[in-house]
Amino acid sequence: MSTQSDRARAYWRENLRIIFTYMVVWFVVSYGCGILFVDALDQIQFFGFPLGFWFAQQGAIYVFIGLIWAYVFSMNRLDEKYDVHE
Amino acid sequence: MDQFYINLLFVGASFALYFGIAIWARAGSTKEFYVAGGGVHPVANGMATAADWMSAASFISMAGLIAAGGYANSTFLMGWTGGYVLLAMLLAPYLRKFGKFTVPDFIGDRFYSKPARLVAVACLIVASTTYVIGQMAGAGIAFSRFLEVDKDTGLIIASVVVFFYAVLGGMKGITYTQVAQYCVLIVAYTIPAIFISLELTGNPIPALGLFGDHTASGMPLLAKLDQVVQELGFAAYTADVPNKLNMVLFTLTLMIGTAGLPHVIIRFFTVPKVADARWSAGWALIFIALLYLTAPAVASMARMNLIDTVYPNGTDAPSIQIDERPEWMRTWEETQLITIEDKNNDGRIQFYNDKADMSDKGWEGNELTYNRDILVLANPEIAQLPGWVIGLIAAGGLAAALSTAAGLLLAISSAVSHDLIKNAINPDISEKGELMAARASMTVAIIIATYLGMNPPGFAAQVVALAFGIAAASIFPVLMMGIFSKRINNKGAVAGMLSGLVITLVYIFMYKGWFFIPGTANLPDNVDNWILGISPLSFGAIGAIINFIVAFVVSNATEEPPVEIQELVESVRYPKGAGAAQDH
Repeated sequence: MSTQSDRARAYWRENLRIIFTYMVVWFVVSYGCGILFVDALDQIQFFGFPLGFWFAQQGAIYVFIGLIWAYVFSMNRLDEKYDVHE
Repeated sequence: MDQFYINLLFVGASFALYFGIAIWARAGSTKEFYVAGGGVHPVANGMATAADWMSAASFISMAGLIAAGGYANSTFLMGWTGGYVLLAMLLAPYLRKFGKFTVPDFIGDRFYSKPARLVAVACLIVASTTYVIGQMAGAGIAFSRFLEVDKDTGLIIASVVVFFYAVLGGMKGITYTQVAQYCVLIVAYTIPAIFISLELTGNPIPALGLFGDHTASGMPLLAKLDQVVQELGFAAYTADVPNKLNMVLFTLTLMIGTAGLPHVIIRFFTVPKVADARWSAGWALIFIALLYLTAPAVASMARMNLIDTVYPNGTDAPSIQIDERPEWMRTWEETQLITIEDKNNDGRIQFYNDKADMSDKGWEGNELTYNRDILVLANPEIAQLPGWVIGLIAAGGLAAALSTAAGLLLAISSAVSHDLIKNAINPDISEKGELMAARASMTVAIIIATYLGMNPPGFAAQVVALAFGIAAASIFPVLMMGIFSKRINNKGAVAGMLSGLVITLVYIFMYKGWFFIPGTANLPDNVDNWILGISPLSFGAIGAIINFIVAFVVSNATEEPPVEIQELVESVRYPKGAGAAQDH
């Protein structure tokens, strides 16, 4: 029983670590690149357009999609590893 | 063929499709009525979630908002998509594992508290009702503009259609209608955008055209747009905002508000497994992004097109003569959504920001005002696209309004029949009785929403403040704490929800009037009077932080939750057994 709940705790800890990592990316891309550092990024002309503006109106959304899908695959692997999948 | 009949054909065909689905997908049990039987495929649920989420505001208003605000209104784009990252990682999988029917269900059980459940029901009803009025009004406007019926008649037709599939089919009928509505709305949104992008930039993908070159001038589109709007006295399109704190808080409020809106959360209860809830979130955001990546392109191109229409030979040359104004301007003038007034009597239209002094040009004030909502609706006409594209826009706008309205009505009626009638008033009600109560609540909700759509109360215009503020400040934090902490107890949750809610509402009422009654505001609603420049619309995030702190402090000062509650929290964290859990 204790090994069972140790495994459950380990599963939850790994889940929390994955969530934390992805939330850092989520924050940096939307609030960092899209808002706080947008001025600095707008100085960079990326294929002729201001990079900060691109992050705010396009880039952040692409990254959000990437994050959810990365989470889906990470968790599917984790569910298998700890045998909690259905 | 006359434009009226084309519109009628498109709208009629889409409605026939919704009726067909309603007859096919009838609900026979409460489980089918509340969660579509729990067997919806994740891709279908992703599409349904996208339609559920993308309202008349996303379809009609958002591009107009971005066109007017440029970079500053990127908040809506990031806020209304970034919330799905939070949903996918912090809420949806665990709430699906919990496996019940409504959002107050989880709050009531996890915090073993009837008051917590009732506060959640109240928040849900206020947020969803505010939201649904806008959808009904949007459907009425689309009807009156495209099908030449009176606004109220249009609203009643829309209500009858929703009544048919929502009362018969519950979540099951709504889900499959939303899948169809998503297809209609996304086609309707992207086709005109593709044409306009081709005309302006030569690129068939609007999201790429936005960052491409403006064919007529050879300059990058955004640089050209920045140039012409500044020549007309407006702020540059890509200009930064003066107050970053407010922009961060507003974006955060929209994100956590999105994740906390009950009508979105309950969509994730309809899939068979926990892993499917995650898949659904991934699909939902892809389907949503198809519109949200296109909207900023539509915004900048529509603004460019509008300026080009008024100044066909450039902003230095004389503007268009009033007698020669295009047909679409005249059509929209009839609805008074465009007004033209020749202030300097030169027979031409001057369109500029009249806070800038242009008297040296002989201009005596801006002469063209337009309602921002018409940019998307008039886009096909501005770009001179064929009549069937206009018919498509009419069907798409209605699909966006109706799909969201149905989802909201289900959230409201299930909270009434399941949380109030079944759990609080009459726990002994039979399965059949509860199903009947659910259908009756849905009927009443539709009648009230229709009435409020015809006679919108003052708070109807405050969707962003009320719906997102409440969801962000009270619902999202308590759901998250219920999953990620075993220590938060009943007292902490209720204290947290109430303090987040009350502080947010007080801040909103201070600037917008108490209960939105005109003349009762304590302070003028502008940036000079906002505390630290924080707009009342951005305050939900602060309310959420207060909710977290109060819940934490109160819980730690009082007793631990009982063992069975701690076990419940354990169980929602592990996916195994979600399929069985729903058969309660």
